[in-house]
Amino acid sequence: MSEIALPKVDRTIVSKKDLIVNNLKQFTDKKNVLSELDEIRPYETDALAAYKNLPLAVVLPENTQEVSEILKFCHRENIKVIPRGAGTGLSGGALPLNDAILLGLGKFNKILDIDFHNKCVVTQPGVTNLSITHAVKHKGYYYAPDPSSQLACSIGGNVAENSGGVHSLKYGTTTNNILGVEMVMMDGTICRIGGKTLDQEGYDLLGLICGSEGLLGVITEVTVKILKNPQTVKAALIGFPTIEDGGNCVTDIISNGITPAGMEIMDKALIDATEKFVHAGYPMDAEVLMIVELDGTKSEVEELFKQIKQIAEKNKSNSFKLSKNEKERLGFWSGRKAAFPACGAMAPDYYCMDGTIPRGKLSEILKEISRLSKKYNLGVANGFHAGDGNLHPLILFDGSNKEELRRTEEFGAEILKACVRMGGALSGEHGIGIEKRELMCEAFNDNDIQQQINIKMSLDEKNLLNPGKVYPILRKCAEEGRVHVHRGEEKFPDLPRF
Amino acid sequence: MFTEEKKNSQIFQDSNHLSPTSELEVSELIKEAYKKKFPIDIHGSNSKKFIGYNVQAAKSLDFLSLSGVIEYLPEELYIKVKPGTLIKDIENILEKNNQELSFEPTDFGYLKDGKSNKGTAGGCVSCNFAGSRRFKVGSVRDFILGFRGINGKGDIIKSGGTVVKNVTGYDLSKLVSGSFGTLVALTEVTFKISAKKPSQNTIIIYEKDPKTISVLFNMVLSSSNEISGAVFVPDEPKSKKFTPNKSKAFKLNDLDQEGAFFAFRIEGDQNSIKERIKDISNEMDLKNYKTSNLDIYQSDLFWKSINSLQLFSETKNNLLRAVVPPSKCEKMMSFLKNKYRYFIDWSGALFWIEVPGDQNIKEVKNTIIQNDGYVTIIKKSEDFEFTEKLFTIDDTKLMISKKIKESFDPRGLFNPGKMYKDF
Repeated sequence: MSEIALPKVDRTIVSKKDLIVNNLKQFTDKKNVLSELDEIRPYETDALAAYKNLPLAVVLPENTQEVSEILKFCHRENIKVIPRGAGTGLSGGALPLNDAILLGLGKFNKILDIDFHNKCVVTQPGVTNLSITHAVKHKGYYYAPDPSSQLACSIGGNVAENSGGVHSLKYGTTTNNILGVEMVMMDGTICRIGGKTLDQEGYDLLGLICGSEGLLGVITEVTVKILKNPQTVKAALIGFPTIEDGGNCVTDIISNGITPAGMEIMDKALIDATEKFVHAGYPMDAEVLMIVELDGTKSEVEELFKQIKQIAEKNKSNSFKLSKNEKERLGFWSGRKAAFPACGAMAPDYYCMDGTIPRGKLSEILKEISRLSKKYNLGVANGFHAGDGNLHPLILFDGSNKEELRRTEEFGAEILKACVRMGGALSGEHGIGIEKRELMCEAFNDNDIQQQINIKMSLDEKNLLNPGKVYPILRKCAEEGRVHVHRGEEKFPDLPRF
Repeated sequence: MFTEEKKNSQIFQDSNHLSPTSELEVSELIKEAYKKKFPIDIHGSNSKKFIGYNVQAAKSLDFLSLSGVIEYLPEELYIKVKPGTLIKDIENILEKNNQELSFEPTDFGYLKDGKSNKGTAGGCVSCNFAGSRRFKVGSVRDFILGFRGINGKGDIIKSGGTVVKNVTGYDLSKLVSGSFGTLVALTEVTFKISAKKPSQNTIIIYEKDPKTISVLFNMVLSSSNEISGAVFVPDEPKSKKFTPNKSKAFKLNDLDQEGAFFAFRIEGDQNSIKERIKDISNEMDLKNYKTSNLDIYQSDLFWKSINSLQLFSETKNNLLRAVVPPSKCEKMMSFLKNKYRYFIDWSGALFWIEVPGDQNIKEVKNTIIQNDGYVTIIKKSEDFEFTEKLFTIDDTKLMISKKIKESFDPRGLFNPGKMYKDF
């Protein structure tokens, strides 16, 4: 599974390593160019740690002009470039290549402008997602997209992957929450897209760049929208006796015109695992547990929870607990947020999948996963961002057993194929990267993929920026990928993943 | 050649106005155009045809016969339609399930000929003009989950799907939104839809001081009360160059048409609305202003008038659409005061400005750009000088846009010159 087809290594480039490194030192401080093995080793992988590959060199520029000079040089010399934010991505989007420069944006770590009048923050891309909220919370504001890795993931990486989170059901993903970027194209051209206005002129280049996984340009500045904190936030824990009942309740809540801030579902396996791990007080008689969070005015939240309770009862809920205070609300979330480490404690290894399905197919996909679990004789725990149909099944296995590893890979690919079959998508928030690259042909035909490649080639005609990612190299539906965690040795073990 | 292909090829030869009824037919016709290098004028019901430059094309391809709902799943919050489907028909269908297109598509019908015409789904996406909820919920582009269409070579392509979270390749739905039919001939569009709020009220504040209006807009944006619309309508300039429209456009029992007013909308259930209005009254210190309250029916009519630009109904003057950072609102107001008819939407971030044909349009454009905004000339007066560009864009973005255009439409066949002279 750690074997994957990568673009052919250009030996001429590799042979010129010393020359290239010396050249790079012209464009930035010498200490920002790393080329010794012990220096570049930490960059050999991102959070999809099953795949490792050393770059030719690592360069850590400090400003946009340096990025531009470096890219211009690489463009001229036909050197591939892999952009990297905080390296927390789960789809291998920042996996280096032996003949490529790894361009780390870690030194772009400053917030440039907090503009409360225009309700936005201008920041460098290396700033973490959560620190934007920290910078504005004293005035009661926050940045809405909240990927589980928000403590460590960078906002530039969020733009590259169009990151979502628990609250994207109501507040959208990154693409709905940014106003502008500064970007450097592969030929060194610096471009500003959007700014502090709500729309931008001409083609929606911002929409194109967001979620483009570092293939079209290097983001050097981001302007994000900030929102005022809601007046009241409450959550409820609702237990259900069967998968169908829980799934139907999700659909009924949405059908009744209610848009929760977040709506999560956990199956029995995950309830048991997390309860053992953090003792969140989850109902142990539930086959399916739902966490619903609402925000708004006090009366609105109360009224909507009354409606949700009735909808849940109609769907045979066997427990309903509404948070009485902020501490209790956070307690409800603690189990869900501990899903990954809890699974790490249950088996030597787990794979985290990321796919989406239409909400109405929740019970169907859970049944299919359960069937596949029996077929492959492997345990699985399921956590869903149910409100927007984004599922994260965690397949439990022992990586030291080669045959079990093979079965796990097949199991994972079958889940994603089922998602596409049911009208969903291969990835909801982790991106394609190298992880699901070869599965793209499950969702798209040659024309669809060719059009996307045409766009890539129009902006990066030599295919130097992050090559080998997103689009199938093999053009066959190989079954590979997923987040492989061995004995809890996740690349970022302290980050909550949910 | 297959019989169907032969037939289409013949149709293509014989007629300059084509009205295909299927995706395959569109694809075949465009393949013909690609082969013969014929530029094509792609359009729907022509409700927004006057926006942008006139297209010089050998063939005209309208999508009115490619219409109808393909799939509507209220519980999944999406509706998939063919491009020629009328927006008003979509809204009527959604209404039956208390749902809506919450981006409030702008109705350009009054501007064109004095009556409502929201055009087609394809046109709505291609122009990407969203109404008053923009600052709260997003634009048209934020509500397109996926599409199918034909590129400039005649290939059928798709992007996105029907689910909200989807990071599988570039988000072409965004790119296609607002591209004025220059990239793809849409054959299918999936809209994300929303539950309609059970009720709404609008509070009118009779005030016109630019500084105060700017402060009020800022309070709207700073409030946690989920205000879903905020506009300012100033006095109409006392000039014969403007046909008075304000009284007619906002003829409501509880709205005093004399003088300028600021208005904001609250939506939700009645209890929640009451609670929010009480809270906002404190935030904005409303007791210090003359105010009135529009009930659900009047409120609905008020925002329909705003989102259909009835203030400028059938104007013969130029109409500019300027998007600026909300902090520049006061400066913009001071510049426009008494000289131009205008109103402000999106809580201070969108200006609709009517500029008489003989007045200096360049001065208005420069002021908008100096205030970090951008401008689109929506309607042109008869004596409009085409030396003025209709869409503003900087050289770098123009260069990138040109490359992207070529990646979709290598022979530049789709709506040539519609947005920019270069392509």
